[in-house]
Amino acid sequence: MNIRHAKTFFLGALVLCFLVSLFANQINSYWLFISYDIGINIILAVSLNLINGYTGQFSLGHAGFMAVGAYTAAAITNQFGELNPYLSIAVFLGALLAGGLLAAVAGLLVGIPTLRLRGDYLAIVTLGFGEIIRVVFQNMQSVGGARGLSVMHGWTNFFWAFGFAAVTVYVVTALVHSTYGRGFIAVRDDEVAASAMGISTTKYKVTAFVVGAFFAGIAGGLYAHSKQFITPGGFNFMQSIAIVVMVILGGMGNTIGVIIAAILLTLLPEGLRAIADIEHIPGIVTAHPFVWVSDTRMIIYSLLLIILMLTRPQGLFSLRKSLSK
Amino acid sequence: MTEFLQQLINGLALGSILALIALGYTMVYGILRFINFAHGDIFMLGAFAGFYLAPKVAMFLPMPSIGGGLAVMGISMAICAVVGILIEKLAYRPLRRSPKLTVLITAIGVSLLIEYTCQNDHVFGAAPKSFPTIFPEYHITQLSGLSLNSNQIIVFAVTLILLLALRFIVLKTKIGMAMRALSFNPEAAALMGINTDIVISFTFGLGSALAAAAGILFAVNYPSIDPLMGVLPGLKAFVAAVLGGIGNLPGAALGGVIIGVTETLVAGYISSTYRDAIAFGILIIILLVKPSGLLGKKEIEKV
Amino acid sequence: MKIWRGQILSAAVLAVSLFLSGCNKPPGESFATSDVIKVGEFASMTGSEATFGQSSHQGTQLAIDDLNAADGVLGKKLELHMEDDQSQAGQPATVVRKLISSDGVVAILGEVASSRSLEAAPICQENKIPMISPASTNPKVTEAGDYIFRVCFIDPFQGTVMANFSRKTLKLQNVAVLTDAKSDYSLGLAKFFKEGFVADGGKIAAEQNYSSGDKDFSAELTAIKAANPDGIFVPGYYTEVGLIALQAKQLGITVPLFGGDGWESSALVPIGGAALEGDYFSTHYSPQDTSPAVQNFVKEFKAKYNSTPDAMAALGYDSAMILAAAMKTAGTTDGAKVRDALAATKNFAGVTGKITIDANRNASKAAVILTINNGQFQYVQTVQP
Repeated sequence: MNIRHAKTFFLGALVLCFLVSLFANQINSYWLFISYDIGINIILAVSLNLINGYTGQFSLGHAGFMAVGAYTAAAITNQFGELNPYLSIAVFLGALLAGGLLAAVAGLLVGIPTLRLRGDYLAIVTLGFGEIIRVVFQNMQSVGGARGLSVMHGWTNFFWAFGFAAVTVYVVTALVHSTYGRGFIAVRDDEVAASAMGISTTKYKVTAFVVGAFFAGIAGGLYAHSKQFITPGGFNFMQSIAIVVMVILGGMGNTIGVIIAAILLTLLPEGLRAIADIEHIPGIVTAHPFVWVSDTRMIIYSLLLIILMLTRPQGLFSLRKSLSK
Repeated sequence: MTEFLQQLINGLALGSILALIALGYTMVYGILRFINFAHGDIFMLGAFAGFYLAPKVAMFLPMPSIGGGLAVMGISMAICAVVGILIEKLAYRPLRRSPKLTVLITAIGVSLLIEYTCQNDHVFGAAPKSFPTIFPEYHITQLSGLSLNSNQIIVFAVTLILLLALRFIVLKTKIGMAMRALSFNPEAAALMGINTDIVISFTFGLGSALAAAAGILFAVNYPSIDPLMGVLPGLKAFVAAVLGGIGNLPGAALGGVIIGVTETLVAGYISSTYRDAIAFGILIIILLVKPSGLLGKKEIEKV
Repeated sequence: MKIWRGQILSAAVLAVSLFLSGCNKPPGESFATSDVIKVGEFASMTGSEATFGQSSHQGTQLAIDDLNAADGVLGKKLELHMEDDQSQAGQPATVVRKLISSDGVVAILGEVASSRSLEAAPICQENKIPMISPASTNPKVTEAGDYIFRVCFIDPFQGTVMANFSRKTLKLQNVAVLTDAKSDYSLGLAKFFKEGFVADGGKIAAEQNYSSGDKDFSAELTAIKAANPDGIFVPGYYTEVGLIALQAKQLGITVPLFGGDGWESSALVPIGGAALEGDYFSTHYSPQDTSPAVQNFVKEFKAKYNSTPDAMAALGYDSAMILAAAMKTAGTTDGAKVRDALAATKNFAGVTGKITIDANRNASKAAVILTINNGQFQYVQTVQP
C-alpha cells in the first residue's frame, strides 16, 4: 500500500464505517460485537506491524500496552455517570487518548532496552515486560486487582472501532512511506548499513515502539468499552501471541495482508463454532456431525498455525520472498 | 537465622530443577539458535509418561525404589527423546532456512498444539493427576527445625550428574565436537563433512531427554501434574538459560540456581505477589547490564 | 496481473470464511425450535481453568440428560448449547452474545470464575435472559441486574462461616492466611475470613500470597512457619491445596489447614495424601451425604463419567435443575416470567442442599464443614445461613 492508496483507503473507510454505523442496530448483536473485535484487532495488528514488520524488531508484549490503555481509559470513564451524547463522545475520546499516551510512555520504557538487544533476546524481554505489566495490574487494588474492573459505559461502536482502525492504518502507512519513515525499513533491512549511512537507528527503534504502543493503548481503550469488563488475565502472553500471529500470517511489513489476517483470525474461531453447530448434512445420518469441532477448536487452530508457517512462512498474502538475509 | 537457612534450602531445591530444564533449553539454543518454546511441554510429557509408566514398571521392579525410579525416568527420557526428534523433523526442519520469527511462531504453535491436545478429555484431561511415589522418601529434620527432603537431594544429584555428563558429551566425544562445529558455523560444518541433520536430531533428542528427566523429578517433588505444568517452569528456565549466557552449560545451571534462590527469598521476605515478575525483572536487568549473560561470551557482530 | 493474485486469493478466503460463519441459522428459522427448549451454557473447557469448566459442564450435561429422560420441561426436550470460553477474558462476552443472538437460547448457565461471569452478566441483563452462575462467589456478579442468579453461596457467607468455625470450634487465636493472588475467588474469601476472624477477637499472624499454577510454596510456608500461627487458612483451589498441605508437612508445620469449597474434589486427597489429615474445609455438599438426591446424583455421575463428582459438578447440576424448576413453575420459557419464578425459589431440594433465592438473587443455603480423615471426607457440621 503506498501513500496515495492510504489516503483513498482512509477516506473510504471513514465513509463506509459511518454508513454502516447507521444500520448497526439492525445487525445481530453477536456479529456486531465480532465486528468491534475485528476493528480492534486491526488496530493491534497494524500497530504491531510497525514494530515487528517495518522496523524489524520483535515485540511479544503488545498485550501489555493494550492493558495500559484499557485500564487508563476505563478508570477515566468510570469517573463519569450518565452523560449526554456530545459530552460522552468528548469524555470517551479524551480517555482513549490518555490511554494511548500512557501506553506510549510504557512503549518508551520498553523501547530503551531495544537499543542493545535484538532477535530472540528482545522477544523474551518484551514478553517479560508484558508479564510485568500484567502482574502490576493484578496487584493494583484501585483498579480491582485480580478481581477485574467493570467498565460502566459500553461506548465502543462500529464507527469508533473502524474509524480508529482507519486512522491507525493511515498513520502507519503515511509514516513508513514518508521521507523520514524510510529509515524504519532501512533499520530492518540492515541495521549496520543504516547506521553507517547516518541514520539514527536508536531514534527509529524507539519511535516505532512509542507509536506502536500508542495505538495498542487506543485499542485497549476500545476493548475495555466493548467488553465492559477487564481483568489482568485478559492481557496475558496468549493475547500478545495472537497479535503476533496476525502480523506474521499477513506477511511482515505488508499492511493489507496484516489487515486481512486480523479479520480472518478473528472470524476463524467463530467459523469453527458455526461448523460445530451445523445440525445435519444431507446424506449423513448423525445429527450434529461436527460437534467434535467444539472440543478440538483450539487444537485445529494450533495445527493450522503450524501448517501455515510450514507452507507459507512469508505470510499468507505476501508476494515478496521471505525477508531473511 | 533458621528461617533464612530454610529459605536458602527451598531456593536451592527449586533452582536445581530450573537448572535441569535450563540445560535442555541451552543445548538446543546453542546449536540451533532458536527458542524451542515446546521444551516446557516436553517436560510435561515426560512427567505424564512417568505417570503412566510407573504402574507398568512396578510389575517388574520394586516401587518405590531407586532402581524402579531410575527405570521409569530412563524409559520416559527415551520416549521424550523420540518425541523431540519427531517434532524437529516434522515442524522445525522444513524451516531451517526461514527467518527466526517464523520458527519461533512454529514453536509456539507446537507448544499450543501439545497443550490443547493433552487438555482434551480423551487424552489426559485438564484435571491435575497425582504423581505416584517412585523414589523412596525420607525426611531429614534437624533439631533446629531445618528440614530437607530426600527428593530434593536426588534432584540436586541428578542435576549435577547430568551437567557433568553433558559437558563430557559436548567436549570429549565426536558427536559433541560436531555439535560445537555446527554451533560455530553450520555451513562450514556441513562442508567439513558433518551430517548436520543427524547432529541436530541428536541435539533435540538429548535436549528432550533432559526435559523428560526434569519433568519426572519435578513431579516427584511436586506430585500434582497437569497439561499446563510446563508453561511457567519453561519460561523461567529459559530466563535462567539467558541469565547464565545462552549456549553455556554451567551458565544455565548457575542461572537456574540464581533464579530459584532469588525468587524464594523475595517471596519469603519481601512480597510473594510479584513472584511471577521476579524472573523477568532479573532478566531485564541482566540483559541491560551484560547482554551476553553471566558466563556467556560476547558475540561480535560481523558486517 | 501477478500483483493482484494475492489480493484475489485473500478476498476469496475472506468470502468463504464469511460464508461459513453466516451458515448458522438465525433464531426462529430453525425447524427444531418448536419442539425443544434451548439452554445456553458457557464454560472454560480449555485453558488454564479447564478443570473447573469441564467439571461444571459435566454436571450441567447430566442434569439436562436427566430432565430429558423424564420427558423434559413443559412437554419439550431441553437442548444444551455449550460454548467454550478458553478460560480467556474477552471470550465470555462473545460467546454469550452468540448464544443469545444467534442460537436463540432462553437462559444462560455459567460460569465458575466470577471474572468471567461478570463479563457475561451485563449482556444477559440487557437482553433480559435469565443467567444462573453455578459457582461464582463474588457478590458483585448478581449486582449486575435482576436477571442474574447463582446457586452457590457468596464469599461473605463462606468467609464468615470459616472464621466462626476456626474461632469457636477449633478455638484458634492466631492464624496465617495464604491467598491465591491471581484468583478473585480466593481474594474474596480471604477478605471476609480476615474481617470475621478479627471481629471475633482473633489475630492474623501472617499473610502470604501465591499464584494459581504455582507448584512451589515453600518460601511462603517457611515465612508462615516463622510467624508461628496455630492454624493456616488456605482459600484456594484443590489444584494447589494438595501441594500446599504436602509442603507444609515437609517443612514441619503441624497446625491444621482449613479452606473453602475450592478444596472439594476427588483429586485433592490423592495429591495431598496423609498431609491433609485433620484439615477442614467448608463446602456445599458431601458426596457421603446419605440423602437419596445426593446418592442418586453421585451414582449417575459415576456411571456416566467414571469419576466422583466434585463441588463444581454438583453446582453445575443444580444450576440446570433450578432453571428447569423455574420454567415449570412459570409454565413458559419467557425470560421475564422465568426470572420471576427463579426469584421466588424457596427451599429447592438440590444436590448441594436446600436452596432459597434471596432478595439479592443469591442462594441462601447451608454450608457443610468437612474434615479429612483416613483419606476420606468426613462430615463435621452444618452451618445454617
